Amino acid sequence: MNSLLSLLSLEPVRLLLYLVGICAFVGFNAAYLVLAERKIAGRMQRRPGPNEAGLGGWMQPFADVGKLFAKQIMIPPGVDVLLYCLAPLMVMAPPLICLVAVPFGDTLVARDLNLGLLLVFSLGSVNVMALLFAGWASRNKYSIISAARVVSQNVAYEIPMLLVVLTILMTTGTMNLNEIVRQQAGWFWHWNVFRGVWTLANPLMPVTFVIFFICMLAETNRAPFDMAEAESELVAGAFTEYGGMGFGVFFMAEYTNIVVGCSLAAVLFLGGWQSPIGVLSGPVWGPLWFLAKLYALIFTVMWVRWTFPRTQFYGLLNLSWKILIPISLFTLLLSGALLTLTHLR
Amino acid sequence: MPGAECQVPNDGSVTGAAGVPQSTIRDPQSTIPQETFVLNLGPQHPAAHGVLRVLMTMDGEWITRAEPVIGYIHRMHEKMGENRTWAKFLPNTSRIDYLSAMHYTHAFVGAVERGAKIEVPPRAEYLRVITSELNRIASHMVWWGALLSDLGGLTPFLYAFDDRELILDLLEGLCGARLTYCYYRFGGVCNDADDDFLRGCRQFVRHMPARLKLYHDLVTGNIILRKRLEGIGPISAEMCRKYGATGPVIRGAGVAYDVRRVEPYSIYPQFDFEIPTFPQGDSMARYLVRMAEMEQSLRIIDQALDKIPAGPVMGKVPRVLRLPPGDYCYAVEAARGRFLVRIVSDGKDVPYRVRLRTPSFSNLSLFEEASRGMILPDALAMMGTLDLVIPDIDR
Amino acid sequence: MNPTLEQLCEQFGRLVGPAPAASAAPAAPPAPGPVQRTDHAAKGYDLDVSVAPLQVVMAAEILDRSGFGLDAVTGVDWLAQGQMEVVYDYFHPTTPLRVAVRTRVPRAQPEVPTITAIFPGANWHERETHDFFGLVFTGHPNLKPLLLPEDATFHPLRKDYQS
Repeated sequence: MNSLLSLLSLEPVRLLLYLVGICAFVGFNAAYLVLAERKIAGRMQRRPGPNEAGLGGWMQPFADVGKLFAKQIMIPPGVDVLLYCLAPLMVMAPPLICLVAVPFGDTLVARDLNLGLLLVFSLGSVNVMALLFAGWASRNKYSIISAARVVSQNVAYEIPMLLVVLTILMTTGTMNLNEIVRQQAGWFWHWNVFRGVWTLANPLMPVTFVIFFICMLAETNRAPFDMAEAESELVAGAFTEYGGMGFGVFFMAEYTNIVVGCSLAAVLFLGGWQSPIGVLSGPVWGPLWFLAKLYALIFTVMWVRWTFPRTQFYGLLNLSWKILIPISLFTLLLSGALLTLTHLR
Repeated sequence: MPGAECQVPNDGSVTGAAGVPQSTIRDPQSTIPQETFVLNLGPQHPAAHGVLRVLMTMDGEWITRAEPVIGYIHRMHEKMGENRTWAKFLPNTSRIDYLSAMHYTHAFVGAVERGAKIEVPPRAEYLRVITSELNRIASHMVWWGALLSDLGGLTPFLYAFDDRELILDLLEGLCGARLTYCYYRFGGVCNDADDDFLRGCRQFVRHMPARLKLYHDLVTGNIILRKRLEGIGPISAEMCRKYGATGPVIRGAGVAYDVRRVEPYSIYPQFDFEIPTFPQGDSMARYLVRMAEMEQSLRIIDQALDKIPAGPVMGKVPRVLRLPPGDYCYAVEAARGRFLVRIVSDGKDVPYRVRLRTPSFSNLSLFEEASRGMILPDALAMMGTLDLVIPDIDR
Repeated sequence: MNPTLEQLCEQFGRLVGPAPAASAAPAAPPAPGPVQRTDHAAKGYDLDVSVAPLQVVMAAEILDRSGFGLDAVTGVDWLAQGQMEVVYDYFHPTTPLRVAVRTRVPRAQPEVPTITAIFPGANWHERETHDFFGLVFTGHPNLKPLLLPEDATFHPLRKDYQS
């Protein structure tokens, strides 16, 4: 027993366990978030959603995964083989790595990185390249149009996202995600989204949160910003030529990106693993609060998808360049000015 | 993608409606060199309402030329008309445009009644009006759901179908079919309506206005939808006249042309209803025309339910129907526009020629000219508001 | 300004010329003139104009100037008489007037000038009529098959068509 515990305290073993845990978490989420989306979509559309496989449809992900595995992975003739095979890998790896830095609980973090925020946002851009590779390599006009749209959309929305994150960075003073969460201890008004208001570090913090949420929707290509895979126009967009598990990987990556985005929103704005009422915190309650916030945000993401139609892509870009960037620049400057004036960190 | 240089003649007949974002329509004769490629919105596509192929020559996201290619579901109803007796052609009429089948049967039945001078009893006329207007509402519900699906809002489709189920249940109880009713016969209708049907219609008329208000609140006012439809796809009244486009397309361009009012048929002159017209000529105008038409249809059904008399539902029709030689026309306002049947008879019991002039055919023929220089999503939004049913185009 | 039936009759009368003289046989009914008013309730249109094939374009111009829109182009194959007939239906958006313009061509040489320059909507109607009957609309910019397959050489609505 003692030897087992001493084995577990070894850093490589601990990391390995965390990596396995992250992969399991991602896998479970990818499978069951798909089901959740279909059930939520069904309920919003006054129908039950998948309810055949298993009791109430809970075995549906197994059916889906089984189907995807059973399909033959075909490489269509004429595609750029290297990029075609590289794209699914490139789209799946970054979110997995980002989850290494995200704190699920006070000590439940794979690596307490001092530059956690930087890691997450630098890897977030790799998603764009992966979709560009997929669209280009597919040698299909629909895919190329979709890839072009994805690049212009994601580049446009990264800018307000980073400006918003800079604002948070100025108010918190650290890039360590766990440290940011620890600073939000207390009740729910100590969370960053409210704290900025009454400490006058950034009175427009709720606006900043909304901008972050919108940018997160756009970065993960979720409706109403799903120009990339606008199914009624471009069939499946960049993924048209992928079948079977190749397509499955893109799908998993999309949901993993949503998980990463919502975890970030929870960590940066909503207090991460902190309890909203001051009590009920601890090594067990912390992860539960974090998961509750995470899934509430994911539900909102899905809710938005099934409610709104799609914008035109120039409307989308106008929103980013003409509205979100000016507002986020303004909040950044306002925040900087106020912090200087009040001599807070 | 390298492609041949493509110069498209601009005959300048697209007059922009007020508020068209000029940045979204590109001048095909601009001096910026264009590298175009050909994109095939193929017969199998989630946005093509049926088997329609649009061959698009595109410059990036802008369309330089969009040529619809039709004929993928051409069943040659006009030839079938020459091979069957007058009565045996009736089921064909339902299948031309299956979403507003009642109107199409009405036109054919009306043309034959005109030729053979058959009288239709009043109760049958009222039943025809009630069922036609119910069919119009059902068809517009499908249009609404499909348009919003095209634009990416997948939820309203299910809500629309909820209401449509009520109509389909009523009509199934009346004539046994949910979609391709063959309810009208020469001289009247085939089945009398019982009290259940009339009561169900009343309930529906009372239930529907709240639902329409829900749709307006949730969907029509949505900022994203408004940005997708306002100022998009301008079609002027002159263009409609030149191409023969009718129905909500011409009413959305400011011309109050409705066959029920301008060339009245059946007992429509007895009803008090408005012809909703919006002058802007853009996709939003066509959208609002159809939404308002549903309300007017409810008004007509309400009045018809009040006034429907008792009596027979079939007039006197000879056993073997032969029409005097000559040609006869009958036009109705179908859900998509003006549907005209022109029959040529040579005195036999089989028609000599049946010509079906369908509204979607003319409505789609202006797509090539109207979509020049537009951006792809806008062209698809415009196509959605044209409300095309491909079997209607191909027959 | 809405056109009236009298104005149209007068304009068409000038186009087609005087009606032919009544036939000599006393029992025969008077031959119908080329410009005829018809009963809308009985036939579905108000004015029936018969023109020579080459006058089809001018008839379309008269109706375009009066604000009519093109409704349909119908072909009819009169096999027994060795002729093909083309009927152009026109509707007006604000008045209840409906006009039918008809012309006949010999089956051996079925050529009619196109009215696409005046009514662009005729483009598709004429292509369809060409598909079904083999009528050639001279001057048409694009007389390819519309509803039939691109390589079709048959014309199904002809009365002597054997499938």
